[in-house]
Amino acid sequence: MSGFYSSRGVRKLVFEVILRRKANAFTQHSKFSTSSLLDNTLTQFKESVYQFAKENIAPHAATIDSTNSFPKGVNLWRLMGDFHLHGITAPEEFGGMGLGYLYHCVAMEEISRASGSVGLSYGAHSNLCINQLVRNGNSVQKEKYLPKLISGEHVGALAMSEPNSGSDVVSMKCKADRVEGGYILNGNKMWCTNGPTANTLIIYAKTNVNAGSKGITAFIIEKGMKGFNTAQKLDKLGMRGSDTCELVFENCFVPEENVLGEEGKGVYVMMSGLDLERLVLAAGPVGLMQASLDTVLPYVRQREQFGTPIGEFQLIQGKLADMYASLQASRSFVYAVASQCDGGYVDRKDCAATILFTSENATKVALQAIQCLGGNGYINEYPTGRLLRDAKLYEIGAGTCEIRRMLIGRELYKSG
Amino acid sequence: MSMNPFCEIALEEALRVKESGAASEVVIVSMGNEKCTEVLRTGLAMGADRGIHVATERPLYPLAVAKLLQALVRKEEPGLLLLGKQAIDDDCNQTGQMVAGFLNWPQGTFASKVKVDKSENCVHVEREIDGGLESLRLQLPAVITTDLRLNQPRYATLPNIMKAKKKPIAKVTPEELQVEITEDFDILEVVEPDKRKAGVMLSSVDELLDKLKNEAHVL
Repeated sequence: MSGFYSSRGVRKLVFEVILRRKANAFTQHSKFSTSSLLDNTLTQFKESVYQFAKENIAPHAATIDSTNSFPKGVNLWRLMGDFHLHGITAPEEFGGMGLGYLYHCVAMEEISRASGSVGLSYGAHSNLCINQLVRNGNSVQKEKYLPKLISGEHVGALAMSEPNSGSDVVSMKCKADRVEGGYILNGNKMWCTNGPTANTLIIYAKTNVNAGSKGITAFIIEKGMKGFNTAQKLDKLGMRGSDTCELVFENCFVPEENVLGEEGKGVYVMMSGLDLERLVLAAGPVGLMQASLDTVLPYVRQREQFGTPIGEFQLIQGKLADMYASLQASRSFVYAVASQCDGGYVDRKDCAATILFTSENATKVALQAIQCLGGNGYINEYPTGRLLRDAKLYEIGAGTCEIRRMLIGRELYKSG
Repeated sequence: MSMNPFCEIALEEALRVKESGAASEVVIVSMGNEKCTEVLRTGLAMGADRGIHVATERPLYPLAVAKLLQALVRKEEPGLLLLGKQAIDDDCNQTGQMVAGFLNWPQGTFASKVKVDKSENCVHVEREIDGGLESLRLQLPAVITTDLRLNQPRYATLPNIMKAKKKPIAKVTPEELQVEITEDFDILEVVEPDKRKAGVMLSSVDELLDKLKNEAHVL
């Protein structure tokens, strides 16, 4: 890589000095260290994504929330694609990074820290869609769909829930009838993140309505397929701008090469996908908790009452401590389970436990953040209200906390 | 630890010079304790080819840095030396100028534009000075120190961070470079400048003239 030539005129080495820079005020509170959990490369990556998100995503966070849509003047999907964020767990031959879940969780955390809505949409695109294709797609499907999803030219989504099948997802009614050359889909899907804009969607439907969980098949749907439509964008409490909608299938023909995995084996694709979905999404609340502290710390140093910065009062310091401990514990748990998964061991109850733990912590931390800001925390000009509204989603999506508890308890009871 | 912002700009310019075809290699240097390797890794992740860590626990002031750089330049023989104009911890703004003096190389400091002309073996530098912009043509090899408006440094993207893991960082000591680091001065005290005294409100021009004449003694 280095060129050693003899004459100075031909060889031009460009030499440069980097002087040591002491830590200064504005980077200090960005370096909460759980650095023993991450090696040097991961720490560099985390810092890099933090800078990228701070400069390119964070400035839009408030408008994304108030307008309930992604910014018009800039293509965030492409920007994130150019930064190699979408295909972290995808093979390099399709433009991915060929890395593991720890890297993906770190990216998810930093994007979510900048904007909860962008984080959620990013998670749905890069894990629910892209990673599911990576894990279950055949080479033709991967070749066809992954490159554009990874570059950010296309947006991905996944839909399993229906208006009447949320927690009881196996009771889904969306039908896929076998016909010559493929299937005809009829039914609805609900609460589909990225639904309104997605080009590629993974959909679960019943190829055998009488076979319960064994009758589910996973399909790859393309925007524009005849009979596939998206209905109204949903008006949500939080995660506004992370477009969510209902999907409608009316005699939608899907060719047989678009079956993901095997007919009737969709439940395996779905349930194993859910484990990793829960793990990666669990990093979302971690980012929100970090964002809460990012807002609260400067505020309590500056806001004075009774002639003193409120950060000097013990009750405020108590809140800071609780927020910090929750953040660090949540982050450590996510990183530890992600490392475990990267090592080849995916434990269903650990994955469910991460998002159970981080999501409930994030809601509590966001509430404390509002409280620390007092009256200002109640004003929408400050981000704390949005942080709370965004955090709440994580107690519901990817399996409600109730389902997560049931699942973990059941697994422990069976084989603890 | 993070990279001095002006040094980031210098590194970005070095990468651009290499990308324009005018240079074959970008080598980065950092001096100090082990933490320097973190900064070098960031630089490698931005795209530098290799790093040199001058390892020492001693405090380093510009004169020592300039001497160490002079020794490294004799070893490596670069065609261009790019530095940040100053470090944001001590704001000295001395190293670049000193090393140019030691090497007897031309210098273009506070550069806001850099253009290497390979065919003429020179570099055109635009500098921001108090009076405006100054254009210089420097014969290579030369020293350039970079100012804020020169460029916007690139991010270290994930693929480059991964590639950087394999790039070498050589370690060398001041003794090996035959440079003696002397502590040439002691910091006796650091004080804030005197607070500005409040102004005095005057009631008439006569009073002003009187004060200017008899108190300030400027008339």
